[in-house]
Amino acid sequence: MKIFKIILLNLLILSIAFGETLQEDANKLLTKSFKTKEKVIVDLTSKYSQDEKLEFLFQKLLVGDLLYTKKNKVIVYLKDKKENNYLTTDIFSGEDLEPSSKYDFSKIKINNKLRSIIKSSLAKINLFSKNEDTRLKSAKNLLTNLDIKNEELINQVLEKETSSKVKEVLDEASTVLIAKYKDGEDKKEAIKKLGSFLSPKSLEVLKEISSNSEDIELVKLANTSIASIESSKSFYSFLETAFFGLSMGSVLLLAAIGLAVTFGVMKVINMAHGELIMIGAYTTYALQQIMPNLIEYSIIIAIPAAFIVSGLVGILIERLVIRHLYGRPLETLLATFGISLVLQQIVRTVFSPLNQEVKTPQWMSGAWEINSALSLTYNRLYIVIFSIIVFLFVLYILNKTSLGLKVRAVSQNREIARAMGIKASWIDAITFGLGSGIAGVAGVALSQLTNVGPNLGQAYIVDSFMVVVFGGVGNLWGTLIAAFTLGEFNKFLEPYAGAVLAKVIILVFIILFIQKRPRGLFPQKGRDAQD
Amino acid sequence: MRKSIILKILENDRGGKIVLGTLFIVVALVAILNLAVPADSIFHVSTFTVTLLGKYLAFALLALALDLVWGYLGVLSLGHGAFFALGGYAMGMYLMRQIGDRGVYGNPDLPDFMVFMNLKEIPWFWYGFDNPLFMFLMVMLVPGILAFIFGWLAFKSRVTGVYLSIITQALTYALMLAFFRNDMGFGGNNGLTDFKDILGFDLSLDSTRIALLIISYFALLGGYLIARFIMNSRLGRVVMSIRDQESRVRFIGYKVEQYKLFIFIVSAVLAAIAGALYVPQVGIINPGVFSPLFSIELVIWVAVGGRGTLYGAIIGAIIVNFASSYFTSALPEVWLYALGGLFVLVTLFLPQGVVGLVIKIKDKLNSRKEVA
Repeated sequence: MKIFKIILLNLLILSIAFGETLQEDANKLLTKSFKTKEKVIVDLTSKYSQDEKLEFLFQKLLVGDLLYTKKNKVIVYLKDKKENNYLTTDIFSGEDLEPSSKYDFSKIKINNKLRSIIKSSLAKINLFSKNEDTRLKSAKNLLTNLDIKNEELINQVLEKETSSKVKEVLDEASTVLIAKYKDGEDKKEAIKKLGSFLSPKSLEVLKEISSNSEDIELVKLANTSIASIESSKSFYSFLETAFFGLSMGSVLLLAAIGLAVTFGVMKVINMAHGELIMIGAYTTYALQQIMPNLIEYSIIIAIPAAFIVSGLVGILIERLVIRHLYGRPLETLLATFGISLVLQQIVRTVFSPLNQEVKTPQWMSGAWEINSALSLTYNRLYIVIFSIIVFLFVLYILNKTSLGLKVRAVSQNREIARAMGIKASWIDAITFGLGSGIAGVAGVALSQLTNVGPNLGQAYIVDSFMVVVFGGVGNLWGTLIAAFTLGEFNKFLEPYAGAVLAKVIILVFIILFIQKRPRGLFPQKGRDAQD
Repeated sequence: MRKSIILKILENDRGGKIVLGTLFIVVALVAILNLAVPADSIFHVSTFTVTLLGKYLAFALLALALDLVWGYLGVLSLGHGAFFALGGYAMGMYLMRQIGDRGVYGNPDLPDFMVFMNLKEIPWFWYGFDNPLFMFLMVMLVPGILAFIFGWLAFKSRVTGVYLSIITQALTYALMLAFFRNDMGFGGNNGLTDFKDILGFDLSLDSTRIALLIISYFALLGGYLIARFIMNSRLGRVVMSIRDQESRVRFIGYKVEQYKLFIFIVSAVLAAIAGALYVPQVGIINPGVFSPLFSIELVIWVAVGGRGTLYGAIIGAIIVNFASSYFTSALPEVWLYALGGLFVLVTLFLPQGVVGLVIKIKDKLNSRKEVA
């Protein structure tokens, strides 16, 4: 019986060599023996590695969607199923077959061993792909599932490879192999070199050498390399935390900067500020609903749109309510709090009380991978840049334009400003509109980071006030520095205290800080500071 | 005949007499109609109404406490809910310990949520809370000490106005975040609930509810008398002058910080007592009470009633909460519009609240009479 099997197996293997096309060769997968399948897969990989269909076939095989018809043994893949009916497509001709009962098909079964072989085969196939990303991905894949068998392949690819990123990964793979399997000087050199790589694989191999090797010199070298990896790793994780802090700071800055105008310049405690942010976020959402084909540009369009919508709502609030309350900051707090409740309820009535999903355009998703220890997500990166642009914009308006001059004049001495011919009430409305519009713009940015819902504004209002008060009311640079300080502070505390406790500590810190410097980091000087 | 102390304090305070007198009659009527009238009679007052009224009275005491600092001292605290909640939590912890082994897990030593969280031992700050006297002490001490520390820091460094309001908000916000954490040992976001009895009386009994209602009334009355007594005294005059012209009072030689601190602490303790009364009647305390939203809402109660008049705060608390109960059950979508609109309208058109409006109307009628 056993002999018979071996003969059969050999026959099959022989027959593989006589196949002509991918289709014919692939048909040999329709055997029950896992051993034969293994041979077929290896053979297919070496023979057809440039054929895109093979990759597809392997992928389907890997997820278990590869079937064959019992009747004429045609390899197909499962496209969709409705109850017991399978909708399938011929994997070679690409033609859809008539829907048919699931009992007409058999699955091409694989086991765990085959699965790992297929994976490494896929990695090999992809290493020759024209797409750089695919090559990079498969090189990384190769590195994590590294095997001495891949040595030749790696060297082969390294010769041809043009992309420096892919090259680096493969270089690391090759170095790991040398460190692990070679002897003598080469090994020492490789161990030294591994200290400059950052992937977990290098560390793993170095640790292995450090604990298993009997050669004291090798252990020493490995330990130096480990130390070097770990120190650069902790450096990169420091950079990463700093970046998270920066991005949190920029969110705080965006949320607070409009408030710095309405609260800092106009002395109005606008509790509806958070809801103006929310309106900006909902403007983004509404735009995406109206123009579902322009998701890629919707964020760009939403920025001016949100500025206008929130700005107009702000002007409306100013004309209707705040106008009557100047000089009584605590009363503006109460009235605007009422407005915030109404705005929230309007949003609930119009859009539903549930969170809405704002889509992220392609160019904002993904991450910028600097190396294997440090990658920065694009959406956060853009928000950091964006918040600084918004900040510079407000700074420019207030300091360099005639509008800004008038705004400052009115806020410093209303009577004299009016005597100089400035329409104070008009300036009030415009200033409040500006602050509100900026809140709206912040909402566009926040819609990319958090859920857009009726409670969006509330989540930011306390934080925004903390930033403005901490930085010193009426001082835009103070707001900038406060936002980034608090963001960094928070992110560096988080690993030790947890997110919630970090926030509590920050709040307590601000409370204590206010005792020391009641007017914030950069207090206003002169007569203006007296009220 | 010598007047009683109560009447002496209430001398020249018609509004206070009317409000507290009316409340006394209402409470007495509700108590009688709930206990003595059979359930099927149309005159019967349901236990639900009793509890509701008790809740309003607790809120009224809270509003009174806030009015003391805002209306008389000129310090707008946006974090008074924190003191209320701390008092409530102290009471809640005592009630939690009274459950004993009647919880879902039947553990005589640990409250349910601690069993649920796999705690083996009760945290140290829960010690002593099975003793009602200790609880009463803590209800007043913990918020009092917090108010002392916070007020001492804030008033000493002369944080005033808007800045003070914002850091009081930060205070309650920080506490809310902390209490929402499960490992704080206060039940996380579920808070403390499922209470069974208080001082040996079953909380589900009508008679216990009525007793709590009556105690709430007398706590409110007591709070009112204390506040009125303080404000009638020389100290009260100084406090009101601080509100109106702080720098002048300081210049004359008064230690403004000490006056502020004293009133702030009294107010915090009153708020905490209100919290302690609120919890057994409502049957739950959770971190939501620490939210800045609640604290701002309670500012509105005072604003609606009329700040700077103690009985006005009571009226405001009852009006707004009555409206809230009505709207949230009858027209839930409209409630936020109504509340929001109320905020705006009151600040714009009724800076003195309902009480101010009544006085204005009365003045007008009087002047008309004089003309006639």
